[in-house]
Amino acid sequence: MSILPQIIFLLFFAAAGYVLYKRISFLKRNIQLGKAESRNDQPAERWQTMALVAFGQKKMFKRWIPALLHLLVYLGFIVINLEVAEFIIDGITGQHRIFAPLLGGTYTFAMNFFEFLAVGVLVSCVIFLIRRNITKVPRLSMKELKGWPALDANLILVIEICLMMAILKMNAADQILASRGVDHYTQLGPLFFSSLLKPMLVGFGDSFLVFVERAAWWFHIVGILGFAIYVTYSKHLHIFLAFPNTWYSNLKPKGEMANMPEVTNEVNMMLGIPTEGNAEPPAEIGRFGAKDINDLSWVNIMNAYSCTECGRCTSECPANITGKKLSPRKVMMDVRDRAEEVGKSLDAGGKGFEDGKSLLGDYISQEEINACTSCNACVEACPVNIDPLSIILQMRRYVAMEESGSPAQWNAMFQNMETSFSPWKFSPSDRFNWAEKVKDEEMK
Amino acid sequence: MSNYKVPTMAEMAASGDNPEILFWVGCAGSFDERYKAVTQAFVKILNKVGVSFAVLGPEEACTGDPARRAGNEFLFQMQAVANIQVMNGYNVKKVVTACPHCFNTIKNEYPALGGNYEVIHHSQFLQTLINEGKIVMKGGGEFKGKKITFHDSCYLGRANNVYEAPREIIKALDVELVEMKRCRTKGLCCGAGGAQMFKEPEAGKKDINIERTEEALQTGASAIAVGCPFCLTMMSDGVKNKEKENEVKVFDLAELIAKDQGLS
Ligand code: SF4
Ligand code: SF4
Repeated sequence: MSILPQIIFLLFFAAAGYVLYKRISFLKRNIQLGKAESRNDQPAERWQTMALVAFGQKKMFKRWIPALLHLLVYLGFIVINLEVAEFIIDGITGQHRIFAPLLGGTYTFAMNFFEFLAVGVLVSCVIFLIRRNITKVPRLSMKELKGWPALDANLILVIEICLMMAILKMNAADQILASRGVDHYTQLGPLFFSSLLKPMLVGFGDSFLVFVERAAWWFHIVGILGFAIYVTYSKHLHIFLAFPNTWYSNLKPKGEMANMPEVTNEVNMMLGIPTEGNAEPPAEIGRFGAKDINDLSWVNIMNAYSCTECGRCTSECPANITGKKLSPRKVMMDVRDRAEEVGKSLDAGGKGFEDGKSLLGDYISQEEINACTSCNACVEACPVNIDPLSIILQMRRYVAMEESGSPAQWNAMFQNMETSFSPWKFSPSDRFNWAEKVKDEEMK
Repeated sequence: MSNYKVPTMAEMAASGDNPEILFWVGCAGSFDERYKAVTQAFVKILNKVGVSFAVLGPEEACTGDPARRAGNEFLFQMQAVANIQVMNGYNVKKVVTACPHCFNTIKNEYPALGGNYEVIHHSQFLQTLINEGKIVMKGGGEFKGKKITFHDSCYLGRANNVYEAPREIIKALDVELVEMKRCRTKGLCCGAGGAQMFKEPEAGKKDINIERTEEALQTGASAIAVGCPFCLTMMSDGVKNKEKENEVKVFDLAELIAKDQGLS
């Protein structure tokens, strides 16, 4: 038997591994373009959040039908990848179904289970394609998805359908060959789903079926390797990043806005309060707030790479619902696109951050961030615990503190607050006037 | 009979007293014409129940919430640090407020600046009084048997997970609590949070408070209950915009209880 297929397989495998390694390093570096932030407290709570939200798909189940379909695809993905392990061993050793003799009936059972999931994935993907392209669920056909995002979503569904069909077809051809006693093929117990495909193939000779089986095998394994690489360019990165992303969730109350200690020192000085500790000059004060991705935290950028573009955030956003320009999903997509742009430029020895562009301004406009009510609906809605609000608020800080560019009415409010300690223009001495009426009333 | 009392922390301190709770009134509670009635209703309840409380009166300043959310961290901290100095000066331990924005800021954001207090929203406080039998409900007064819907404030609900206390209060009124299509974790903002209260909304199809009011009106409720000064303004404006102000009223939870108790 020729050893050539094994060599080709190994070459493929090594090449895919190399490309993946490069891509992962690129993504990791891009995420680290963000500022350091420690999110390692409360590990027990974090593991639990990850188990429930990423593994357990807890937040998906706010919408039942997509949740069930998604669950099928998710389980299919995990379980079918177990089969890929066998593919890889077979590919390297030149064996076929190396585990079949070892596992016997269990192997047949497992194969049937894989096939069942493959069919589940297939059906779900077809329904997803219909929802996206024919029934046009509003959140899946919005403006920000035009072009690559829409193509990306469809491509992945089509690839998955093809991969699942390849598995079924391979099993069908393989079992006909095995039943004919062709060398190399292992006869298993009955496989329910792929047996349904047998009538299409039984009319052909052995050599054609071997060709079909081999073609499907190669298609599947090369497809999977290609898929793994493709994922790193796609919103489907969430299948991996959902796990770290939920582990590093914000565990603080959603209404709490992060404090800026670098401001506290100055405020204490202005108010004549002795600064706590030994008035150590704060480490180099960077920019106040965020103008570009390097002002954000690495968690914000990881959030962006974890975004599934599902639009659940946007469809709950009061600003978006009432027709404002703000879309939290677009905010996440913009952060990712900017990180990619800067990352590529840096790798090419280009200008990186100094390309005359920035996240705020070139990607996200002030009109968008000004429309946010900080209601946290987007944060609540996100199935992988992404926090678009944190990014929006950091950009508002930049506009207010570095550019003094807040809307005029906000500047007026700031002024009132400075002079009369209330956002409205009332005299502070009138603050207690409300009590006069009550004090005059007799208690009932 | 004596009159209602509204002691200030300064008066208390002068007579060597320290009340059990500080009632944080907030800017809207102090200045907003409509919302002052809520402050007054709550104070009447406190008097009636005999809770030991005081207010800061002229010593109170804005918590800084709108400044922080509009991005002006300096201004926020200036207000916050000054407030914390005052409160720590009076050795405040427990704060009750009717404003979810003040509640969130004092509870979650003041600790980082040296202000550590137990902070309670008035809905939680009122619910405890009812549970402890200190307020005995009389059956809802003018709302008896009517439909009331509750509008979840983002800063009470999603921001701090307070969903049940306001509903328990409404249920104690012997009225029918009807939910809007979007409620609890999925509640829709009134449109005022994040400093939106202090500027015109950005261009769009509709204002957020109109969308929310439409949902509230769809329930057929004769009153919309709220637990936040901004929500009260936004929902009242929405009802007016829909020309329904004669049929549908907007009330704060404290007002509902005050009415039930015959205090207003
Ligand atoms: S927090 Fe802002 S972006 Fe998120 S849903 Fe609310 S208004 Fe929209
Ligand atoms: S941020 Fe979350 S909810 Fe919004 S599109 Fe991305 S994954 Fe979906």
